[in-house]
Amino acid sequence: MDGWAILSLLIWLPILGGLIVLVAGDKLSRPVALIFSVLTFVVSLPLWTGFDASSYLMQFEEKHVWIDTFNINYYLGVDGIAMPLIILNTFITVLIVIAGWEVIKKKPAQYMAAFLIMEGIINGVFAAQDAMLFYIFFEAMLIPMFLVIGVWGGVNRVYATIKFFLYTFFGSVFMLISLIYMYNQGGSFAIADMYNLKLGMTAQILIFLSFLIAFGVKVPMWPVHTWLPDAHVEAPTGGSVILAAIMLKIGGYGFLRFSLPMVPDAARELTWLVIFMSLTAVVYIGFVALVQKDMKKLVAYSSIAHMGFVTLGFFLVYAIYNNTGSYEGSVLAMQGGMVQMVSHGFISGAMFLCIGVLYDRMHTREIDAYGGVANTMPIFTAFFVLFAMANTGLPGTSGFVGEFMVILASFKANFWIAFLAATTLIVGAGYTLWLVKRVIFGGVANDQVAMLQDINKREFTFLAVLAFAVLLVGLWPQPLIHVMEATIVHIVDLATQTKLPGVN
Amino acid sequence: MDSVMNFALATPEMFLLAATCFILLLDVFLGEKCRTIGYIAALGALLTTVFLVVSSYGADKTEAFNGMFVSDNMSVVLKTSVLLIVMGIFVYARPYLIDRKIFKGEFYSLSLFATLGMLIMISANTMLVIYLGLELLSLSLYALVAFRRDDGRGSEAAMKYFVLGAIASGMLLYGMSILYGLSGSIDLKGVASYVASQDIMSNLVLLFGLTFIIVGLGFKFGVAPFHMWVPDVYQGSPTPITMFLGSAPKLAAFAMTMRLLVSGMEFGSMGWQQMLIPLAVLSLVVGNIAAIAQTNIKRMLAYSTISHMGFVLLGILGASEPGYSAAMFYVITYAITALGGFAIIIILSHSGVEAENLDDLRGLNDRHPWYAFMMLLFMFSMAGVPPLVGFYAKLAILQSVVQAGFVWLAVLAVVMSVVGAFYYLRAVKLMYFDKPIQDELLRMGTGFNALLTTNGFLVIALGLFPGFLMALCVEAIRVSL
Repeated sequence: MDGWAILSLLIWLPILGGLIVLVAGDKLSRPVALIFSVLTFVVSLPLWTGFDASSYLMQFEEKHVWIDTFNINYYLGVDGIAMPLIILNTFITVLIVIAGWEVIKKKPAQYMAAFLIMEGIINGVFAAQDAMLFYIFFEAMLIPMFLVIGVWGGVNRVYATIKFFLYTFFGSVFMLISLIYMYNQGGSFAIADMYNLKLGMTAQILIFLSFLIAFGVKVPMWPVHTWLPDAHVEAPTGGSVILAAIMLKIGGYGFLRFSLPMVPDAARELTWLVIFMSLTAVVYIGFVALVQKDMKKLVAYSSIAHMGFVTLGFFLVYAIYNNTGSYEGSVLAMQGGMVQMVSHGFISGAMFLCIGVLYDRMHTREIDAYGGVANTMPIFTAFFVLFAMANTGLPGTSGFVGEFMVILASFKANFWIAFLAATTLIVGAGYTLWLVKRVIFGGVANDQVAMLQDINKREFTFLAVLAFAVLLVGLWPQPLIHVMEATIVHIVDLATQTKLPGVN
Repeated sequence: MDSVMNFALATPEMFLLAATCFILLLDVFLGEKCRTIGYIAALGALLTTVFLVVSSYGADKTEAFNGMFVSDNMSVVLKTSVLLIVMGIFVYARPYLIDRKIFKGEFYSLSLFATLGMLIMISANTMLVIYLGLELLSLSLYALVAFRRDDGRGSEAAMKYFVLGAIASGMLLYGMSILYGLSGSIDLKGVASYVASQDIMSNLVLLFGLTFIIVGLGFKFGVAPFHMWVPDVYQGSPTPITMFLGSAPKLAAFAMTMRLLVSGMEFGSMGWQQMLIPLAVLSLVVGNIAAIAQTNIKRMLAYSTISHMGFVLLGILGASEPGYSAAMFYVITYAITALGGFAIIIILSHSGVEAENLDDLRGLNDRHPWYAFMMLLFMFSMAGVPPLVGFYAKLAILQSVVQAGFVWLAVLAVVMSVVGAFYYLRAVKLMYFDKPIQDELLRMGTGFNALLTTNGFLVIALGLFPGFLMALCVEAIRVSL
């Protein structure tokens, strides 16, 4: 495994590819981008096959001194929660390149380059085991995304992209101070060293809150979610997909990697806050999604609701312990959250791609402008209905697995938490099916719908691949759950210890 | 090693003085047509001086002329940076000057004298020599600001700069005279030993003198509330002069602060720390918030400079070695970034039309993607977004501030950086998201483009590998104190 630096390759290969695409120019950009994205995906596969699922330790490690003055290391490694997300990222990027193939007419080279560079940076986020390296990737990601929304976005793109940038930038700067504080206490930016650092309660609470702002904005959690619908609506299809499928996951990943293990006592203390915010997202945002007139906005709100499940699953740890006296249920909840993250990556990506398919033909996202699409686009309809069902959590699709695990675990915590979480099955079905009803079914609404062409081979390819992924995770989730198990048990372990000085 | 007349130590300064006089004469004899020779001679003189400076790197701290002049690693690093930055300015300035028909020999001789002033400031070891260097710098700058004689706004800016600068120098001199009166020494070592024997917080006269010194330094740095001259002078000066004002002298001001406050009054840090805190806070707040309201790009960069100098003060007020080296790293990298930013304004100013408004950036990506990308790098670096160098500069400062126990200052600084991010983003927005309002071809000479590319590359390279320069700064501060 030490033979070659696979993680470095996963970070720098797409970035190099992005630069080559820029040099190659607009005409060659598409094939070159496809080659690099597929290559990166292929390179990422050995992570799965060579992964030792029985260990929670970091694998494929690389460590080099980087900035000596501050003891910052170029330290990479993956464990059971990072590895699936990296593969999800390399997978989705291939689809994005295919999805943008004919659609992007304005500066395609810059478009493809932005996504490839973003892919490398996001792989860096998941692979970084040095907190400062993580932060650098975490922030660097904003630059390409800012340009993607701003250059290729819709009418209101400038507002949306600046809002997106400032929200996330504002969220993360407090985390920077927390990291510096912990470095000053412990003398190291290595994440593993921060796990062992003893911290007083006040410091822990402040650090926890700073992480909550940083990752909460990213997830996004209610009430700092308002940037997401704007960003989604204005972003080009590829931008929406990467936002929903990958970027939101970074927030959830951050909670597992930073908040719970680094400041467990504060997390225990403030777990009610996160659970409250998560439930609000699940219930209230679900209702908000119900009244949307814009398809992308509707899916954006449903993303927020689904991510509420993720954070709920992560933070049920303490409530489950209080009720059952053991941490066994916690592992289930956290696994549910992780499965939900991966599954949401597929489903939301697919939903946005479907909307993109419609938008490319009709140039509107208004639900009212559609109706009876099933009559003119039967193959598309099959895919769209499948993904919509997955979005509501139909058994047999990936959406079911995560939600079911979280709801199951939340019964061990508190009946009312479980009850409120389960309402999503109704509300979620409500807004999704109503969307399907209005857009897909019924009589042909107008001439434009009557003129629609069904999906072409290119569109069929990426939708079929995603449909396969959704069904695979839905019918056979065991491999995914298995690779994460050891890591999640370890995180629950870390999250339930106490780090207050003087104890132990 | 203390030597009374150790001329060797001041070789770079003496060489530069001789070369400057030579270039001054050269210009007279060669006349209009051979200006390029003067330009090349000026670059050659600076480059030779760089070699002379660098050759003394690594030596122990050495004094000369009865302790009036000092050479240490800090002075070598800062002088090298100043000289290289001035060389960059010369290259960037040339097309602008030719375009405006002010490609005169005086530009080079005045700039070289200003550079000499900075070198003297950096190596000064007594209050008198500090003042000498400062005045040589300031007087040359006043003349440079008024370089376009027939431009009303330039003359107005020069007038403002001169009056306020003179007041500031007066303040500084008054503070110095009080220190001299108390300690009986103009030598910083003498001052230091006096301050060490006093409890600064109860010695009212000493505090009084210190206040005046801080006011003078504040003026020269251009930090709030002594920042009033900055936007007006930035706006009124010809762009290459703005570039000069906004880059190299900040390094000299940093050196002056280090000599006066740290070498001279380290034991009084209790006193100046408390005075610097409000200056830093005000600069961060005023600089970042006022910059949002600007439509003129030079004024915007002026306010942004104010906020960046607030960051430098944050590093200094930690009164610790990590803080000083962080401030040094910050000031050097800021100068590099600012240089690039002003170079883009020079590109946008074409014959007869000054690029002044932010709107001139509109659609730069359509007009010239490479220049737009360079400007993107400079803007994001100033905003402090990794992996560009501006982030590490801020990181180092924040680290020292948190270490010094001022967590609230660090929080304020990052919140203000978010505010600041807005107007840098606006510049990027104009370049990338908007349509150009003019489509005149932008074309610059090879030397200019090569330098700009190097400049942009430095902002990335120092961002990806900041370790080297950081280690250099840490070492320089460690050896020099």
